[in-house]
Amino acid sequence: MSSKSYDNHLGIKGWALGGAWSPERYLYTLHRVTGLGILSYFLLHILVTTSRAFGPAQWNALLGDGGFLRHPVFVVGEFLVLAAFGFHAANGVRLILIELGFAVGRPIEPVYPYKTSLHASRFVTVVLMLAGAAFIVLGGLEFLRH
Amino acid sequence: MSESKTIHFRIRKFNPETDPAPSWKTFAVPFAKGMTVLDGLHWIKRNQDTGLAFRYSCRMGVCGSCGMLINGRPTLACNTQVAALKAAMVVVAPLPNFHTVRDLVPDLTPMFEKHQAIRPFILREDKGEMDAPTAEFYQTPHELEEYLQFSFCIRCGACMAACPTMATDRDYPGPMPLAQAYRYSADSRDGGFAERAKAVDRKSGVFSCHFGSECSAACPKGVDPAKAIQLMKRRLVFDYLRLFKAKKPCGGVHGQRTTGRREGIPEAPEYTIK
Repeated sequence: MSSKSYDNHLGIKGWALGGAWSPERYLYTLHRVTGLGILSYFLLHILVTTSRAFGPAQWNALLGDGGFLRHPVFVVGEFLVLAAFGFHAANGVRLILIELGFAVGRPIEPVYPYKTSLHASRFVTVVLMLAGAAFIVLGGLEFLRH
Repeated sequence: MSESKTIHFRIRKFNPETDPAPSWKTFAVPFAKGMTVLDGLHWIKRNQDTGLAFRYSCRMGVCGSCGMLINGRPTLACNTQVAALKAAMVVVAPLPNFHTVRDLVPDLTPMFEKHQAIRPFILREDKGEMDAPTAEFYQTPHELEEYLQFSFCIRCGACMAACPTMATDRDYPGPMPLAQAYRYSADSRDGGFAERAKAVDRKSGVFSCHFGSECSAACPKGVDPAKAIQLMKRRLVFDYLRLFKAKKPCGGVHGQRTTGRREGIPEAPEYTIK
């Protein structure tokens, strides 16, 4: 490509911009964000459990009563990890079903107004998102009880 | 909207000879009933900015030349009525996820190169029949329906501009080439699935699609590339698990048959012109 042309690739902005704004775009973006969040949590989790190697005092300083990680900020963070897991799992099941072609419908002759795989898969999407939301609400109630 | 009103067009301008980056310019255009965005661009070019560059040809949603980003959505300028936008301002920019050559003209070369890479034509082993056909290949209406929807693609690039994966992964073939890979693989006359599988089943290939499905929402022809891509993945997975039973490509109706007639297919009528 000539250096005089303008590079109009959207980059990471393209996860949110440049489309027709179907709800599935936001599920796509949220799936990536929650995936990165869960991965970050795993790394943090390994670091925290590694503290046990430095003795019980170090462990208790982090996770004992009044420990650093018992601060409400980390408890909220833990709930966010649970919420991310609930969404990521439900959307993951949705993606497995769709990517194996089970919820996109058969090819049809396009007649305006067009019905696409978006419409065909919406029922599966709604059911699985409700299941994910129910998991998050029940998990949230558990957090409140403790 | 009354006919005496004016509508404002906000257009992204870029001249590669003089501009380091694009800029925006607003034009007041008299509104007319039935006016399309392409009509508005023509009016601006005739009356206010003769240097405005945009690509178009058929003016009726067939050629796919006038793909643009109109009020944030990639679509065809000739197919979009200004009144249908229900907005006081029509914001027009070149399709994203391509380089911009000038003003509203994207460079679609990468898209056509990726399209070419998936071998978008019938592939068969009987080269003699392909090079010098003796007759048509037979195909049932049911077999036609397996790919017909995807054959309406006009290569306008709207799906490529809408795709969130395309925005961050330049090696990704994109919705149009992948949908066409399935279109030809699903064709009962074709025997090139294995060859196309090599082209799309790779890093940054078909499995990089995660059904953001904006391609299907954006497609001005109802082609539904997202569906074709998922069906391609299904076929690749089932083929890997040896659950997909591949058929031999069909033979010819007239002349020498390569695979014989399938059960239930009636004889074709005689040629009307000899």
